[in-house]
Parts: sequence; structure tokens; C-alpha cells
Amino acid sequence: MDIFGIFVSAIFVNNIVLAQYLGNCPYLGCSKEKGVALGMGGAVIFVTLLATLFTWLMQKFVLDPYGLGYLQTIIFIVVIAALVQFVEMFLKKAVPPLYAALGIFLPLITTNCAVMGVAILVQREGYDLLEGLVWGLAYGLGFTLALLLMAGIRERLDTCRLPKVMAGTPIALIMAGLMSLAFMGFKGMG
Amino acid sequence: MSIMQEFTKGLWKELPPFRLLLGLCPTLAVTNSADNGLGMGMAVIFVLVLSNVIISMVRTIIPKKVRIACFIVIAASLVVAVELLMQAYAYPLYQQLGIFVPLIVVNCIILGRAEAFAAKNGIAASAADGLGMGLGFTLSLTFLGSIREILGNGTWFGKSVMWEGFEPLSIMVQAPGAFICLGLILAGMNMINIWQAQRTGHEPEALKQGCGSCQACASADTACRQG
Repeated sequence: MDIFGIFVSAIFVNNIVLAQYLGNCPYLGCSKEKGVALGMGGAVIFVTLLATLFTWLMQKFVLDPYGLGYLQTIIFIVVIAALVQFVEMFLKKAVPPLYAALGIFLPLITTNCAVMGVAILVQREGYDLLEGLVWGLAYGLGFTLALLLMAGIRERLDTCRLPKVMAGTPIALIMAGLMSLAFMGFKGMG
Repeated sequence: MSIMQEFTKGLWKELPPFRLLLGLCPTLAVTNSADNGLGMGMAVIFVLVLSNVIISMVRTIIPKKVRIACFIVIAASLVVAVELLMQAYAYPLYQQLGIFVPLIVVNCIILGRAEAFAAKNGIAASAADGLGMGLGFTLSLTFLGSIREILGNGTWFGKSVMWEGFEPLSIMVQAPGAFICLGLILAGMNMINIWQAQRTGHEPEALKQGCGSCQACASADTACRQG
């Protein structure tokens, strides 16, 4: 598949949250305001790209040559955890404005299944490095898109009168279901 | 609290996916059939009980500053064991669950229970807590999987249960059905809470946002840096 095809299908057709069920915790937790949603989305794009790069290199040059494929899970999570820690320290020292924008979201990302999920999926789909990076970027963008749409809806929902039992997470999940229904319409494109 | 109470709290009072909102990704992803829900739950029970026991055993030796990293490595080793076991003895299930088997590592339940319970309590209590929480998770997933499989496919554990001429709502076994079903179940939990509160005269308990806002992870991390 060409790069553009991978890009579009990863954002819309196989949207990471709405079709692949990854990253639901921040999707529900960080979607109360648009600003927060953008910050979280930015942090996920950034870390997903870096994680895809490093885990791909790790797989290609360490795990595959030495036949250690079964250690993939443990190596990937350690790489991602270390990476997030380093990125946080680096940004704090070198790029304070970016740290101010993304800093509080970074620690949450280690245990975000979106990052780990993309790293594993890239290996399972057998992408090369460039395809993997484009795919990771597109998944991050798809995550940001879903988060931003959700934040927009929830900001409007705040002014609505809701039944007491539906307020909060239940209505958010039902909105997610409807959004996922809408995104299924993109399936025809694939 | 007694061991028995530690065990039973995971079954209703602190039911992981429906009350604490922990581990929502696998809850949504693998429940397109009751079988898959049950299988995923079993894998989580295995990892959760053992990780709770091991973490409780080594809790006094782990330096406070690096404990989250230690918890992750312990959980990851157990997940690798589960992956290998499933490849050997339950390969079709392993393929059905896909990437959600390795993703048990980043499941908030494992890290959440390690941080909130196993790091502070004894071995027996931690095992009971893990077993209760794991069982609660399994039951919830099987419940959600049953609803989706019956409505979306007309079958339950692969056997046909609906009347003849039943038209399956295929949307239920796809992504939108997962979100909507879970939303309605959570609304039902809210309703039960409010009803109980009215009966006893207490304030209704709100659904806790355990994983939802990543509070557990966030507070764990700040505590980690200060400690």
C-alpha cells in the first residue's frame, strides 16, 4: 500500500480510538476541554513517533537477530517507559515552552495503551521504518482528531440538561458510540 | 478488613470496569463474544494475582523512587508468560484477542492494584484482592460479551439462543455497539447507586474515575517524584 493510503486509512478508516479501541482512558479522561485535548493529543503524537522509531530499531537490530522475539512485550514497555522519562527531562531543560504545554501529560503516556499498541501493531503489520513512522503519525493525528471532536461535544453537553444517571461517563461513551458509527462510514474508502 | 472482604469487594463494591472504570480498552475491544470476554478475564486473573503476590513479597526491598518501573517489569514478565502459555494451549483464543494480550501490561488494573493495594499489604490479602478484582473483571467482561453476542449474533458461547427468524443487530458486535452498551451499563450502575442512596439516605456514590482521568497513574507519578 502506498504511503498516502496508509496515512488516510489510519486516521479515518481505522481510527485508533473509534475502530481499534486503543487509548480509551485519555479519550474519556482528557476530553473535557479543547485545550487539554490538544495538549494530550500533541503529547501522544510526539511520543508515538519516538516510540515507533525506537521500538522498530530495537526489534530489527536486537530482538530479531538474536531470536528474542518472545521478549517483545517486556522490551517494548521498558523502552517506552525509559523514553518517556528521557523526553520529559530533555524537554524540561531544552525546550521549556513545549514542556509547559505537554509536560503534565507525558507521565500519563507510559501506561497509555495507544503508544504501546501502535509499536506492537507496526511489527505485526510488518511495516518498514518509513511506513511505520507515517502510520504512527497518522494514528496520533487520528487520536487527536477523536479527542478534539469529543471535547467539542462535551463542552456543549455541559450546557444541556441531562438525566442524572446519564451525566458524565455514560453519556460520553454513548457519544463515542455514535461517533464511531459515523466513522464507520469511511470504511467504504478503504 | 478481613481476607474475605478484600476478596468480595472486587465483585461488586469496587467492580473494576463498571465502578472504578479501570481497564476500559480491553473491556470494549474483546467483548464481541462471551468466549473472548471470559478468555481475556482469565488471562488478567493470572497476571493480576501473581503480580499482586510478587509485588507484595518484594514491597519492602523496592526503593520507593523506582517502584513504578519495577511494577511494570514484573507485570511485563508475567504477561510474557501468559502469551507463551496461550500460544501453547489456547492458540485460537490468542489470535482472537490479538494485541490485547501483550497490552495487559499497560492495563490500568494491574498497575492500579499494585500501587493502591499490593505495595501496602501482606501477601495473603494481596492475593485475595487480586483474585477478587480479577474475578470481577472476568464477570464484567463475560456479561458485556454475552449481551453483545446475543444481540449482535443471536448466539451465546457459540450456541444459538434466539428464536427463529431473529435478525441480529450486527452493529452490536462492532465498535459502536461496544461503546453504547458500556455507556448504558454505566448508566444502569448510576441508577442502582442513586436508588440505594435514596433507600439508605446517604449521598449517592459517584462513579469513580480511576483510569478515566488517569488519576491513579498521575498521583502515582507525583508521589514517585516527591518520594
